[in-house]
Amino acid sequence: MNAQLADLYQEIILRHHKSPHNCRALPEASHRSQGRNPVCGDEVEIYLNIEGGHIRGVTFQGQACAITRASASMLTEALLGKTTGEATAFAETLLKELRAADQTPEAPAHLNGDLRALFAVGRFPARIPCATLPWITLKAALAGQPRTLLSPSAK
Amino acid sequence: MTAQSLTESPATPPLVERVRQDFPILEKTVHGHPLAYLDNAASIQRPLAVISRVDAYEREGHANIHRGVHTLSQSATEAYEAARAKVARFLGAQREEEIIFTRGATEAINLVAQSFARPRLREGDVILLTEMEHHANIVPWQMIAAATGARVVAAPVTEEGELDLERFGTLLREEPVKMCAVVHASNSLGTINPVQKLVELCKTAGVPVLVDIAQAVPHGLTGAYAAGADFVVFSGHKVFAPTGIGVLCGRYGTLETMPPYQGGGDMIERVSFAGTTFKAPPARFEAGTPHISGAIGLGAAIDYLDSLDLPALYAHESALLRYATQRAAELPGLRIWGTAPEKVAVFSFTLEGAHPHDIATFLDTDGIAVRAGHHCCQPLMQRLGIAGTARASFAFYNTFEEVDRLFRGLHRIARIFG
Repeated sequence: MNAQLADLYQEIILRHHKSPHNCRALPEASHRSQGRNPVCGDEVEIYLNIEGGHIRGVTFQGQACAITRASASMLTEALLGKTTGEATAFAETLLKELRAADQTPEAPAHLNGDLRALFAVGRFPARIPCATLPWITLKAALAGQPRTLLSPSAK
Repeated sequence: MTAQSLTESPATPPLVERVRQDFPILEKTVHGHPLAYLDNAASIQRPLAVISRVDAYEREGHANIHRGVHTLSQSATEAYEAARAKVARFLGAQREEEIIFTRGATEAINLVAQSFARPRLREGDVILLTEMEHHANIVPWQMIAAATGARVVAAPVTEEGELDLERFGTLLREEPVKMCAVVHASNSLGTINPVQKLVELCKTAGVPVLVDIAQAVPHGLTGAYAAGADFVVFSGHKVFAPTGIGVLCGRYGTLETMPPYQGGGDMIERVSFAGTTFKAPPARFEAGTPHISGAIGLGAAIDYLDSLDLPALYAHESALLRYATQRAAELPGLRIWGTAPEKVAVFSFTLEGAHPHDIATFLDTDGIAVRAGHHCCQPLMQRLGIAGTARASFAFYNTFEEVDRLFRGLHRIARIFG
């Protein structure tokens, strides 16, 4: 396997893909949104249970590739317990950084843990939307939009 | 010993090695590997004969057509009209004027939908399609259905990816069908529909039929019009010509009854603010300056095909598909989608645990180009209960060695994702 590919499909991503965290519907969800990448038809649904301004539950479901599933799985871990304001800010920063990953493929210093692995998409720019889809869907869920469509030219 | 080594790969015939020399792009390397281009159903590569013809036109032959008295305009017009004559012969049209140049199959279908079908449809009428249509042969019909109150009905497809002919016939008899549009060969599964039979059923029911031959033509299946279809459409770029040029072929008597699709220059007899009269077909449907170099390129593509030993090359293509299908058994998690007995060289599959996009990314780093996703056939994917497939589609310039490389890649993917 070439080194860049090994970087993208490293152990962390494959582990999240094969055994994703919080991959189920959330019956008590207060917010949810379904995000769709029209280019490939991949779909991911994000469920949030928000109580008193805090995310008390976050899960996802969807038919999607390893990158999208891993990204969604990591999202559910990163956001649990955050306030909605914190979650929005976190998602916006991460989206900006992921979209620029083809320019600066190093993971940003402020991130720790599994999320750093996502930045390997920078070497496969066609796959950046796979990493961003769950986070765009999260923003839609927080904004009360039940459906999100990734624009075909978007990252 | 792994199952991998049990299948001995056949030698690629010298004829194919020679044909490969005609395609400069096949010498390219991708990620340090020789390009294995297995995405021919999306767009096929161009032979030198087409590239040089277009280049020569741009360098020495360009002018606008149908309007100048000067030498270049006349020679450009002659070259453009010569391409029309080649297409007419290629499809078995009764006269050259039955050929209308469009931007592609998509525009050709939209033209028939808007100009032929829409004025003939009333509320409650049915437009009959099949579940295996490309979006290009669904959406234009939905648009005119919405505008007229007609309904779009899709004849079902079996689990094997074959059209349910019996149901197709029943729908034709029992529904108030006023227009039918069917694909000759499926881009996503490879299934070849029995076009002669479908056309006969439509004729018996008195229903006009459009056949989308975009995926059939690259594999030598050019007979739908001769079989009696009212309209056939295809795109140049799937048959060795440039992008942006396509063809609508229709019965001249029918074309004469149709109003223009777009208005502009080159399609009028006389314009005044009191009223405008239109030229006869095909000019009526070719408003504005057309894709002259594209049409000439399409003519050159047909000349190129004429220069080849096509029966041998199409037999090779089929052998590639058989070989890939046979090797699929090595991978327990691999499922082929589309197992009709009659198929063009399309190998559509899923691999357990690995999403089609991940498969395509892995193969790309080996220099192997395949398509992943719904292949613009979302209703068909829904019917089959899958989000999408990975698809290797072969042209006659592909080799057995490339199929071997595909399977080396798939074995590796299966190990990583399994």
